[in-house]
Amino acid sequence: MREAAASILILAVTMNFLALGSSNLKACIRAAALQGFFVSVFPLFFSPAPTLRLLGLVLVAGVVKAIVIPGMLYRALREVHIQHEVEPYLGLVPSVLLCAAGTGATTLFASRLPLMPAHRDLLVVPVALATLFAGFLLLTTRRKAISQVTGYLILENGIFVFAQLLHEAMPALVEVGVLLDLLVGIFVMGIVMNHIQREFGSLDTERLSELRD
Amino acid sequence: MLLLSLIVLPLIAALVAFATPSARARPLIVAGAAILHLIGALAVRSGDATLGGWFTVDPLGKLILDVLSVLFTLCALYGVEYLHIRKERDNRIFCVCLLTFLSMTTAITVAQHLAVVWVAVEGATLSTAILIYFNQNARSLEAAWKYLMIGSVGIALALLGSLFVAYAALHGASGDESLLFAALLEHAGGLSRPWLRAGFVLLVVGYGTKMGLAPMHTWKPDTYGEAPGIIGALLAGGMTSCAFLALLRVYQVMQAAGEGPFARELFLGFGLLSMAVAAAFMAGQRDFKRMLAYSSVEHMGILVLGIGVGGIAVPGALLHIINNALTKVVLFLSAGNIHRAYGSKTIDMVSGALRRVPLSGALFLAGFLAITGSPPFGPFISEFTILTGAMTGRHFIVAGLFLAFLAIIFIGMGSTVLAVVHGPISPAGRTTDFRDTFWRTAPLLAALAMVVIMGVWIPKAVYDLVLAAAATLEGAS
Repeated sequence: MREAAASILILAVTMNFLALGSSNLKACIRAAALQGFFVSVFPLFFSPAPTLRLLGLVLVAGVVKAIVIPGMLYRALREVHIQHEVEPYLGLVPSVLLCAAGTGATTLFASRLPLMPAHRDLLVVPVALATLFAGFLLLTTRRKAISQVTGYLILENGIFVFAQLLHEAMPALVEVGVLLDLLVGIFVMGIVMNHIQREFGSLDTERLSELRD
Repeated sequence: MLLLSLIVLPLIAALVAFATPSARARPLIVAGAAILHLIGALAVRSGDATLGGWFTVDPLGKLILDVLSVLFTLCALYGVEYLHIRKERDNRIFCVCLLTFLSMTTAITVAQHLAVVWVAVEGATLSTAILIYFNQNARSLEAAWKYLMIGSVGIALALLGSLFVAYAALHGASGDESLLFAALLEHAGGLSRPWLRAGFVLLVVGYGTKMGLAPMHTWKPDTYGEAPGIIGALLAGGMTSCAFLALLRVYQVMQAAGEGPFARELFLGFGLLSMAVAAAFMAGQRDFKRMLAYSSVEHMGILVLGIGVGGIAVPGALLHIINNALTKVVLFLSAGNIHRAYGSKTIDMVSGALRRVPLSGALFLAGFLAITGSPPFGPFISEFTILTGAMTGRHFIVAGLFLAFLAIIFIGMGSTVLAVVHGPISPAGRTTDFRDTFWRTAPLLAALAMVVIMGVWIPKAVYDLVLAAAATLEGAS
């Protein structure tokens, strides 16, 4: 079980690079959706004794992270007829390299944080932080609103992974935290994205650049 | 009961406002709810608790709650006429979101649980994102999007920080997993230090984003520039103060855990950086609403700097919360009036406000003098107290930088403000028939009167409350 949990985390981290490295927006969303699936099933392998409650969390998180939100983003993509991320603020190759450097740095940092015996040797903290970093990178270096929301989704995946360390001890905190943050945040972003599209006929946040000093 | 109703009443009023068909009646519901809230907030006593201690009034929370309630009431009274002249916009969602904002921010002030604070901050953020979009044009959309994206990342980092602190409790020696602040304070010595430190840094970045500390302040100029003045005042005086309170609660835990010096150093760094950024961007700012945003960055920096300095600067910083919030009402609402009178908010188009809208122009000028720390206004007292704290605490470099930044900001802000109020009326001023009326200026005058009182003779009740709140922050330092 522990080996399976570790492999799932490795897969999840791989998705960071896929999402950052593809200029095709569909591929980017797909990577985020797959990652959403991996991190959602991760608790099943991580928890020593999966409860019904945990199963519920896995189910809800899985549906939202891997199906509902990616579906919403796909639909937005179809409606505005865009396929590629054009001229990101930071090129694809540099952002992948930066992500690699970030992954290394977070691993170093995580090694300084003491873990409880049950949580050791599982890379939970480095994976969570690296994913958080990758999401942040995607969010800050891309122009399309869809890429930015995808970045937020990935950032939330990182928090979800870390939250599993606490689920056994404080289930309510974890459930409320990760689900509220994700659902409500994306819900409002969806509304605003809708308005952006109506106002500009595009989802390019480059159009949103009138305000500056 | 009273405590719970302070949170629930605005939500009920929000439902009523949502169901009310008359656009004229809805702002009155907001104002009515605000006045009831103010009466309740002033009546509630420290020590009142509800829901098993999850919500408790303590001196620190009571201070922010009262500031928030006064601020909201003034804005709501101003809002009645403001929303009346903005008839072209449906105000249903606006009124609902205003009341939700009041409920959520009230919850932040009295919540005694790490996670409840976070949930309330999230709720307040989302309701304000919609408020910022009130003008429904391309520019306000851009502002709302930036606010939402940057704010969401901030909230996400605050969540991770809260989870880190939770892990510190789980991993700690005490075995107590409660995230009530009382429990965290009691077992602070047993919290896992590395996790607590890392969590604190994340919380400072997360809630610091909501406060608008540099370098997480980038949403502020856009938001304050595009949102209605009333929303600017509520954000700059209310939301930021609540985010600061959230930080102070975690700071208390840090201090109890013996990590006070680490936290204070972090605060000092963010404080000085925020003041420096504000000073740099204030100079030559042509848009007077964006200028107010940088002023807000500056004052958030002053708040955390006060805590970072410690000693007598702590009550100084708490006083400054009150002074900043009240002065921001004067500045944002008078700036909103001038904006309406000219249909523009850049100094290329606006001049002669003292002649065009004499009262609003004078209030804008007085607000500028107050916020930059001129006597006899309140901010002079609080900034002077913080400076004294820095000197007696032998932070001479900090004190020197503090004074230098204040001077630069005074000059930078002054040149923009004077360009707005002085001179002949620019042609843009003749295109509208906007006039100063009673309800457009009375709430501002009331706020300014309070700022003067805070500068001349601080009422004993306020003074005692500030000292009691400061005592909970000084702890074992």
